[in-house]
Amino acid sequence: MAAILLSQKLSDFLPLLAQLSTLVQPVLLLSMLGLYLLYRLLIKLSYWLGVVAIILLEIGFTCLVFAFMNQLFVFGSSPEIFRACVLTAMVSGIVLYYFHLQERAYSPAIAEARLQALQARIRPHFLFNSINAVLSLIRSQPKRAETALEDMADLFRVLMSENRDLVPLADEINLCQKYLDLEKLRLEDRLKITWQIDAMPSGAMIPPLILQPLLENAVYHGIEPMPEGGEIIVSIYTKLKELHISISNPYAPQNDKHVGNKMAIKNIKERLKLHFDLESSLKTSSANNRYQVLIRIPAKS
Amino acid sequence: MLKILIADDEAPARNRLRELLSDIENVRIVAEAKNGKEAIDLAESCKPDLMLLDIRMPVMDGIEAAQHAQKLAPKPYIIFTTAFDAYAIKAFDLNAIDYLLKPIRLERLQTAIDKAHALQPNIDEALKPLQKVRSHLSVHERGRVLLVPIETIIYLRAEFKYITVRTLEREYLIEESLTHLDLEFGERFLRLHRNCLVAPAFITGYEKRQNDDNEQQWVAILKNIPETIAISRRQQHLVKKD
Repeated sequence: MAAILLSQKLSDFLPLLAQLSTLVQPVLLLSMLGLYLLYRLLIKLSYWLGVVAIILLEIGFTCLVFAFMNQLFVFGSSPEIFRACVLTAMVSGIVLYYFHLQERAYSPAIAEARLQALQARIRPHFLFNSINAVLSLIRSQPKRAETALEDMADLFRVLMSENRDLVPLADEINLCQKYLDLEKLRLEDRLKITWQIDAMPSGAMIPPLILQPLLENAVYHGIEPMPEGGEIIVSIYTKLKELHISISNPYAPQNDKHVGNKMAIKNIKERLKLHFDLESSLKTSSANNRYQVLIRIPAKS
Repeated sequence: MLKILIADDEAPARNRLRELLSDIENVRIVAEAKNGKEAIDLAESCKPDLMLLDIRMPVMDGIEAAQHAQKLAPKPYIIFTTAFDAYAIKAFDLNAIDYLLKPIRLERLQTAIDKAHALQPNIDEALKPLQKVRSHLSVHERGRVLLVPIETIIYLRAEFKYITVRTLEREYLIEESLTHLDLEFGERFLRLHRNCLVAPAFITGYEKRQNDDNEQQWVAILKNIPETIAISRRQQHLVKKD
């Protein structure tokens, strides 16, 4: 935003008479002062509102300077005020667009930092309950306890890894199966899972840990509140050169007193956006006592 | 011998508690429950001295079960078990309520059980802020505690010191305040009258009838039961909305 203070610099190229600079300079100075003073207010606005506000301010400044100059009769024939306003608006727009492009060009570093902050976090609830479940197996079924600990190690290795590049979809599914095996340990027959992945593209790549947190949500909000449990359905397929991932779980709103679902969804939405920008989407819907999350990403391999 | 009831929806968690308790002397598990409701129902007959309640369970959570358990005679000692529940743990610490963090350690369990012979401070009040909306109302009746699922309640009507709880089958009396019930279950019930909360799902229609004072008054007709509920003048806008 601070850079916007310089927003009138590009007007230098105007092939106008020297007298025009006596007009442009005050506008420039006034803009710098005005934008500097209004800086705190402007950064509170959303991006597009900010753009509109700045352009309007610039037009205002132009009008002010023109009015002032006309009072002083500095010029024999001053340029038409309307044309000057249009020019100001255009220049402001171009400068703002330039800054916007520049910000996007330099953003990978910011995106990287944000990705790191957004990296999926497992629920402590799951961690401690799983350790408890494994402990309960050690005396009676040591073999199963071993497998469970191995699965946990694999899961946490991925969760703690720094890797934020796209990973093969098959790897993510493998990880999810290990995660669900652990959940099955605690929830037993209450957790039923159906994979509809026969039509899944073989070489598809997705951001890591997109599917797992959604399954964790489905278990936490969909299965655990049900005394008899229920079925989670995952289906993955390609449609119009896009990869569709759908996860649905039973859902009874009156059973679910826990909020927090929004966090994971928001997190994944942001990560998808950082990876694919507008080419991806995440939509949630609920109908017939089922809750569904549908992810759409470009099919890359 | 200390009689213990354990409640957890996860079989491995119950299994783990069973194993740990087998290493402790002078205790006996008298019942195992998969949720809070089962725990209260079982406690009715088993009369445990101590209840080990998981917090997060389907149907009825541990917090609510502990509240209903306060009506049991003799009142059991309560210890909560939880894997992670920052909010509840904070409240427990503040009110000296016993809890065990999963995975549970034998020594910690032993210490908690040793304490269970002592009288527990009144935990009923302490748990109230933790329980957002109850799933059941508990009714104390002839030395028994009955659980009435909220969704089966047709209306709640204040009469003198008591509230009449009407379900399809029968009426129960509870000692609570209608104002508090309205605050807790406001989303489930319509306040048709100063003294009455009615579940909209059970209202089949409205009618204008003559009351005892020979005045015309709107009443709500209820599904499957003969009683009607008079609607106060102030609430008549609810009728017109339909």
